[in-house]
Amino acid sequence: MKNIHVLAATGMLGTGFSEASFDRALKNNPSVIGCDAGSTDPGPHYLGHGTPMVSREATKRDLTIMIKGALKNNIPLLIGSAGTAGSNVHVDWTVDIVKEIAKEENLSFSLAAIYSEISQPKLINAFRKGKIKPLNNAHDLSEESILHLSKVVGQMGPEPYINALNQGAQVVVAGRSSDTSIFAAVPIKEGINHGIALHASKILECGAGCAETRIHPDCMSAWMYDDHFIVEPPNPKMKCTPVSVLSHLLYENYDPYHLYEPGGMLNTSDAHYESFNERGVKVTNSEFEPVSMYTVRLEGVEHIGYRRIAIAGIRDPFILRQLPNFLEECKNVISKKVKESLNIEKENFKILFRIYGDSGVMGELEPFQGKMNHEVGLLTEVIADSAVNSQSIMSIAWHTMLHHPIKEWSGLVSQLAFPFSPPDSDMGPVYRFGLNHIMEVEDPLELFEMNISRL
Amino acid sequence: MQIGEMAKLIRSKNAGPFSMTIDILFEHESYYDRVKNSPDFNVDTIANVYKLNSADIDIYTCDPILAIKISFNRPVISGDIGDTDVFGGQQHGPIVDMEIPDRNNASY
Repeated sequence: MKNIHVLAATGMLGTGFSEASFDRALKNNPSVIGCDAGSTDPGPHYLGHGTPMVSREATKRDLTIMIKGALKNNIPLLIGSAGTAGSNVHVDWTVDIVKEIAKEENLSFSLAAIYSEISQPKLINAFRKGKIKPLNNAHDLSEESILHLSKVVGQMGPEPYINALNQGAQVVVAGRSSDTSIFAAVPIKEGINHGIALHASKILECGAGCAETRIHPDCMSAWMYDDHFIVEPPNPKMKCTPVSVLSHLLYENYDPYHLYEPGGMLNTSDAHYESFNERGVKVTNSEFEPVSMYTVRLEGVEHIGYRRIAIAGIRDPFILRQLPNFLEECKNVISKKVKESLNIEKENFKILFRIYGDSGVMGELEPFQGKMNHEVGLLTEVIADSAVNSQSIMSIAWHTMLHHPIKEWSGLVSQLAFPFSPPDSDMGPVYRFGLNHIMEVEDPLELFEMNISRL
Repeated sequence: MQIGEMAKLIRSKNAGPFSMTIDILFEHESYYDRVKNSPDFNVDTIANVYKLNSADIDIYTCDPILAIKISFNRPVISGDIGDTDVFGGQQHGPIVDMEIPDRNNASY
């Protein structure tokens, strides 16, 4: 029976994997090597700022092994969501590393770069035509709010990868991609049905994450057939079990049974998981329900200012007993001083407090909010329109709070324990996610530009 | 008995930047059934603990692996102004402490 063996090198490019596991998997003749290089998990910073979460050195190490393995076996290597957020600078950053490897290792191959950034005119045009639809918990969108977005990417499906492969690409570095598209591209190209290909890819995308115990980040193999797939780790020290594979479907998914992909929905409600050999799991009954309108999920960020923080502790029982009031009073005094000294209106900056030992971890969700112990940690945050202003405001803020009086004590007091000198620190530009929408497109390739070069 | 004593794993995590999900996995079917079927464990009791609306909470159960999943939209989006947990990894604490009496063996 025909099968397509897909090898996921690791869960996140640049977090490493065992070379022995990789070599072992290559001996089983995979049809393709795939690797996810991105995530929105670490927040909006990476898309906004254009920097990657992982180091260049670690990425180069992983890529070198993958590229050499792919060329040796004459199979393609697909890298998706390059550089953490998959924006154009992230793709170029990764392409630059690939070129350096080709030069240093004296390798020659065809490289495709696929870009996923969407320009503002394109977004506005789609918005006017009613082609941008909100998902759960999305912000209200307007032309004005689109203009505030500093960077937008679309999650490509498997089609741009298939297009690159059809044009002879051996290594593909792609921008933002749906997690499954990286691993499903070759199986779908080879005629494996979407249900099997997408379900297997969903399991593969975190590499060894679906193993019972992931000892370290590592490789994972899946063999996709017409009516089932088998997933098994190449590392003999790890194993997959029906529980570990199904548990992985719970991880980071809102609904483990209905997973929305660019061309339809993967339905795993009736899927069956059973042990296969010693360390593998066989999965049957994966269903795909196609939709008539192809959609691309959008991610976008807005640049909202510059952050500065100060870390302190409070131990005085009298302050702790009135902490919310104390902080509110401080905020008012700070705002007044900022207006006097800097001529900045309070509407033009933000002061936020997180009280560790109270609700620093869960905020408004914390059921024990207001029930503090003998001390708390206080994180003070200032967001303003420039780094200079946030520094100026923070200087006023921490000094005001340090000496803010309470009625229980007479005389000059010092209310905060700062562990560091200086007490405050620059946190750089601040971004926020501003899009949780999908865009309807006529053609799965239309948003994603590609260029192929021969190295 | 508290859910933390019955489960083998309780974890929270983002399900994308706009929502959050809590997984509860059990080793023993009796504990799984006890929590799954308990009148003390439903969207209302969870909403009460997290100060959310019941209508905004979804519960999924997964019999083959004895797992219960709670999903809801984030009140503050990941990394947005005022967020306290960018990865959403530390929002499961109140579930660990949730008391689920054994109704089958209760003396009332």
